[in-house]
Amino acid sequence: MTDNMRTIIIDGEEVTVPNDYNLLQASEAAGREIPRFCYHERLSVAGNCRMCLVELVGAPKPVASCAFLVRDMRGGPNGEPPEMRTLSPLVKKAREGVMEFLLINHPLDCPICDQGGECDLQDQSMAYGRSGSRYAENKRAVEDKNMGPLIKTIMTRCIQCTRCVRFATEIAGVPELGAIGRGEDMEITTYLEQSMTSELSGNVIDLCPVGALTSKPYAFNARPWELNKTETIDVMDALGSNIRVDARMGGVLRIMPRIHDDVNEEWISDKTRFVWDGLNRQRLDRPYARQNGKLAPVGWDDALSVAAEKLSGDASKIGVIGGDLNDVEGLYAAKELFESLGVTSLDCRQDGSKAGGGAREGYLFNSTIKGIDEADAILIVGSNPRLEAPVLNARIRQRWLTGQCEVGVIGEAVDLTYDFDHVGTGPADLAGLAKKRSGFIKALKAAEKPMIILGSGALAREDGAQVLRAAGELADKIGAVKDGWNGFNVLHTAASRVGALDLGFLPGEGGRDTAGILAGATSGEVETVVLLGADEIDMDALGEAFVIYVGHHGDKGAQRADLILPSAAYTEKNGLYVNTEGRVQMGQRAVFPKGEAKEDWAIFRALSARLNKTLGYDDLNALRAKLIGEIESFGQIDHAPGSVSAATFKPAELGEAGDVSDAPFAATIEDFYLTNPVARASKTMAECSALVADARAELQAAE
Amino acid sequence: MSVRRLAAEQPESFAFSKESEKKVKFWLNKYPEERRASAVIPLLWIAQKQDNWVSEPAMREIAARCDMPYIRVYEVATFYTMFNLAPTGKHLIQVCGTTPCWLRGADDLKAVCEKKIGRKGRDHVSDDGKLAWEEVECLGACANAPMVQISNTEGDLYYEDLTADALEQMIDDLAADKPVKAGPVSGRKASEPTQAKVSVLTDESLYDGSRAKPIKLPNTEPAEG
Repeated sequence: MTDNMRTIIIDGEEVTVPNDYNLLQASEAAGREIPRFCYHERLSVAGNCRMCLVELVGAPKPVASCAFLVRDMRGGPNGEPPEMRTLSPLVKKAREGVMEFLLINHPLDCPICDQGGECDLQDQSMAYGRSGSRYAENKRAVEDKNMGPLIKTIMTRCIQCTRCVRFATEIAGVPELGAIGRGEDMEITTYLEQSMTSELSGNVIDLCPVGALTSKPYAFNARPWELNKTETIDVMDALGSNIRVDARMGGVLRIMPRIHDDVNEEWISDKTRFVWDGLNRQRLDRPYARQNGKLAPVGWDDALSVAAEKLSGDASKIGVIGGDLNDVEGLYAAKELFESLGVTSLDCRQDGSKAGGGAREGYLFNSTIKGIDEADAILIVGSNPRLEAPVLNARIRQRWLTGQCEVGVIGEAVDLTYDFDHVGTGPADLAGLAKKRSGFIKALKAAEKPMIILGSGALAREDGAQVLRAAGELADKIGAVKDGWNGFNVLHTAASRVGALDLGFLPGEGGRDTAGILAGATSGEVETVVLLGADEIDMDALGEAFVIYVGHHGDKGAQRADLILPSAAYTEKNGLYVNTEGRVQMGQRAVFPKGEAKEDWAIFRALSARLNKTLGYDDLNALRAKLIGEIESFGQIDHAPGSVSAATFKPAELGEAGDVSDAPFAATIEDFYLTNPVARASKTMAECSALVADARAELQAAE
Repeated sequence: MSVRRLAAEQPESFAFSKESEKKVKFWLNKYPEERRASAVIPLLWIAQKQDNWVSEPAMREIAARCDMPYIRVYEVATFYTMFNLAPTGKHLIQVCGTTPCWLRGADDLKAVCEKKIGRKGRDHVSDDGKLAWEEVECLGACANAPMVQISNTEGDLYYEDLTADALEQMIDDLAADKPVKAGPVSGRKASEPTQAKVSVLTDESLYDGSRAKPIKLPNTEPAEG
């Protein structure tokens, strides 16, 4: 037994728990379930619901177990270990009393409440509630508050646990929620009922133990027990947040976070959570071919014939651009097919990023997301993590809040929800940083575990390769890469990016990259362009080229396309995704693809037969077996390499040597809510986007 | 207590006056730079003493001064009932209605207020905009019961030993902008005895201990005598 452990007695049973546990955690360690409303593992302790009362032997009154530490317990007079009871009659009576008080003002509207079936108050009143009410007076009624287009409020149901207030203040870093008034008249509201300006606001819906804060788009759609729940992976950003997709009758009805401490803890961004209505709109549910200038529905057979004809020509005149939401299998099948045809112009980086090629560590978030909790200096280069990966940004904020980590930014100075040292704006500041004597470089050099986070704003530019080299050299100079720690990080914005880079979905010998394909298409040198769900490129640059669009949403790419092969969205297929850390995660199918749409790999398998280059697999398992046989890393599910290979990684050799330009790093995400075809099809996302645009216009008008 | 909300009509802006600014500086100087939020209650009070109420722009101004989010100031302002969230009368008469004052005739004072000003509540202001009244809990001047506190931009002063007539006169004076003297209206000094002779306190035996009765300390021999 070490010094920080202590033996206590819980319900007559001896357990040894860490000193800094509170009684609630200690009880859980002993297998006791303590009811609670306000207590939450990831938020500060408020201790105001009083539901977690336990009996402390020797104490005159029951104590709130969430707010009492094991360290503070007193033993018996003769050196007996301290004792608490969680099952005694006193505890039961105390909890029943608390429950009765909570229910005095809680409306009895469970039948019309969206929280019904997954409500903490409902569940716990089954255990501690009285069968009838002794309260004959009128109940308190509270006006509903406006909290924006995502959160529906029915404030009469609020039991004032303040979880939402603590989340907004501590995790999201937007102190806009508060409790006004006092006593019976206390109400939770945002300042003057403005919408929350956080990309993580939807998490308060999960945190709310009752039905006071519920999902506005999901309102009155379904009951939790009617939904088929599928555990899968999110593709809205490169974090690979673990999500649960709830669907009914072929339609996705909501998306919730799953707990994964190393990735998203238990938070997800608003885009991840509310994008689901986009999955039911603007869908490509059957193949289309352009006839007489108009897209007309055709059968798969005809569509594949047209595609085969266009692709059987000169391979050097074919370009393939990968999108942001693809699974690894689809990209792998496409790559195999096109390489067998002799196509060398493949690129998965539609934003023009220069990441990829060379060592795998050169394009991964090597410190791992969990590693942020240990970092003591973080330099963010050309990235706005608040928009590019909101959950990761919250993690940086958590670290910053401990006061043991300094943050520096090279790029645009935006509100990241934490203070930072604005080191510079462009690549020259990055290249010159190592030579500086004072300022942020001192913190970086002094840091035990420094991190450099390179965003897409730093890499998706002409001199991206040089910026990569500059960042690598800086990492080398400050000793960011050493045994047991790899502080060189690339933060991607596309969910498919790392998987595609692992596959080598990059221009081959003499091949063109994205910019090259577009330039070739404009000049007519490239005659056929295949877009694998790539919508973020300049469609006008495609010129006269024949465009085959393989994707699931009728967005920019489909509008320009001459042939559309409909594929499955991320909730409709089993697939592998590699997040920015290099963590391979497996997505599961929640619903079936729309109409005649097929999974990406199956489309390329079918196409390969038409081109007499039949790919060597007939089902997903065979494909995966071949894939893992070729590239081992895909077989390591849920494994992030982290600093394993830090000893052999040479950051200073990344990219290309050369001069960097003076142009400052620019934002890559113009509108957080509309970054991909699924989000652009979503009504909810459009509302959020409009709201942000209005707020920005107002701000500019005020200035 | 009642539901406390911001007034529907708010001014465009708020600025501390020159005198207020001095007080603000005094209070902010009391706390370390990173603990400026500690000054939020004094600053709200200064704003209230300046304008007679705390407006929404004032809260934002105070939030900026104290380096805290708007909502935190809003929380404090709505929590404490002393802050007026809407304009009230120039003079707010706060009648103590707690037991000692009530026994000594607080009901009569309330009747006077009701007659002169109208129903109670900060939101009900007399027609000339000068007066409003409310009932408050014990203000700690029980020896001078019944009493009222009159709150205005000048300060918060006690008016004690009141009678219905005295209060009526006082209300008339306030309405006519005549000065009203604070303290006991009965003419006695502070809370000195009224009916008893002051000379009783000169009796030497009060102070030499000769009047003390023997007491029994626990766990000792029985006291003698």
